[in-house]
Amino acid sequence: MTMIRVENLKKSFGNLEVIKDISTVVEEKEVICVIGPSGSGKSTFLRCLNRLEEITGGHVFIEETDITNPKIDINQIRQDVGMVFQQFNLFPHKSVLENIILAPMKVKKGNRKAVEKKAYELLDKVGLREKAKAYPGELSGGQKQRVAIARALAMDPKIMLFDEPTSALDPEMVGDVLDVMKQLAQEGMTMVVVTHEMGFAAEMGDRVLFIDGGYIVEENVPKELFGNPQHERTKAFLSKVL
Amino acid sequence: MDTIINAFPYLMEGLKVTLYIFAIAIVLGFLIGLIVALFRLAPLKILNWIAKIFVDAIRGTPFIVQLFFIYFGLNSLAFISLDNTTAGIVTVAINAGAYFSEIIRAGIQSIDKGQTEAARSLGLNSTQNMRHIVLPQAFRRMLPTITNQAIISLKDTSLLSVIGVADLTQEGRIQASATFDAFNVYLILGIIYFVIIYLLSMLANYVERKFVLR
Repeated sequence: MTMIRVENLKKSFGNLEVIKDISTVVEEKEVICVIGPSGSGKSTFLRCLNRLEEITGGHVFIEETDITNPKIDINQIRQDVGMVFQQFNLFPHKSVLENIILAPMKVKKGNRKAVEKKAYELLDKVGLREKAKAYPGELSGGQKQRVAIARALAMDPKIMLFDEPTSALDPEMVGDVLDVMKQLAQEGMTMVVVTHEMGFAAEMGDRVLFIDGGYIVEENVPKELFGNPQHERTKAFLSKVL
Repeated sequence: MDTIINAFPYLMEGLKVTLYIFAIAIVLGFLIGLIVALFRLAPLKILNWIAKIFVDAIRGTPFIVQLFFIYFGLNSLAFISLDNTTAGIVTVAINAGAYFSEIIRAGIQSIDKGQTEAARSLGLNSTQNMRHIVLPQAFRRMLPTITNQAIISLKDTSLLSVIGVADLTQEGRIQASATFDAFNVYLILGIIYFVIIYLLSMLANYVERKFVLR
C-alpha cells in the first residue's frame, strides 16, 4: 500500500525556489533515508509531507488524501504523521509524561488512564520510564530526543518523519536514538528520515534519496547508491561524507 | 497624630474604592490586551490594523485626556451615560489593555517557532497550540513586565479623583483640606500606596518563583 505519494512538488520561499520538482512514492513499512548537502532542500521536502511548510506547487498524498487540497482537515492528517525534529522541541513547561499525553488527551480526547498507560509503555520502549516526572530541562539531548519520539508515537501514527534527529546530539548520545529508530523500523513503521548518519541509511534504509539543488538527483537501494553512485554530484557528495 | 487617627478611616474607605476599581480594571485590561495581541498577530490584515490603531491611539495620548474623553466626551453623547466610577474603570482597563497587548504580543513572539511546529505536527489546531503550548510559556516570561504595567495602572487610578471618584487620592484630598494638615495626610497617602504596591510586587515575585520555567 502506498503511504506517501509526492507528485511534482515545488516549494518556494519568496523568490527562492528550494524544491524545484520532486516526485516519489513511499510504500507501507518502507524506510526512506534522505541525504544531501545542507541547503539542498531535504528538510523542506520532509516538512512539506505534513504541510508544516505550505506547498507551492504539485501534490502530496498521504494514503488517499491530497494534503495540498485546502479543504481537507490537516490536523486530522497530522495525527497519522508523527514528526521528530532536530531541536527536539519538547514543551519545556510540561513534564515528560505531560509532553507525551498532551496530544492524545487534547486532540484524540483519550481516557486519561489509558493514555498514561500507553505513555509509560512508550517510555519503556525508549528506556526512560524513570524520567516520566522529569522536565525536559533536566534531560540530556539524547534523552530529550527519545522522549520526542515517544511523544510522536503516542498518537499512533502510520508514518514517522525524522528531520535530522541526531544532528544536535553529542556523539555518545547518537547511538541510543538510532537504536530506538532501528527498533521502530524493524517493527514495520513507515519512516522518512532526513539524516547525515550514512551508517544508519546504509543499514536501515530500504531506499536512499540523494537530494541536491531542489531535485532528487539519485534514488536507489543503499547498497547501490553508496557502492555504485551513478551521478557526478552524488559521487562528489559521498566522497566528502564517507 | 490626631489628624492621622481621624483621617485614617476615611482613607481606608478610599483604599477600598481604589482596590475595587483596580481589580476590575486590571482583569478587564488583561482580557483586552489578550484579544488585541491576538488581533495583532492574526493572519487577517484588517485585524492587525485595528489592533495597531488602538494601541497607537492609547500610547500617543495622555491618560487624563483619555479619561476626560470617556467621562465628559462620551457622556455628552445622548445615548451614553456613564457614572464616574464606571468611566474610570473603563479608562484604566482600556489604557492598561493597550500596554498589555504589546507585552503579550512580544511574549508570544518570543516563544520558539519549534514549539508551535511540534504542537501542530501532533495534530493540535492553532487554538489548542496557543492555549496549551504558547501562552503558558509566554505568560511566565511576561510576568515581570505585566507586574510593572499593573503597578503603573494602580497608580493611574489616583487620577480618577479628578472626575470625583471617591478613591484613595480623593479621600486624601478631602482629609487634607478638612484637617489643615496636608503634610501628614499626603505623607500617609503616599505610604499607603507604597505598601499596596510593595505587597503587589511580593505577590508577583511569589507567583514568578512558583511558576519558574524549568
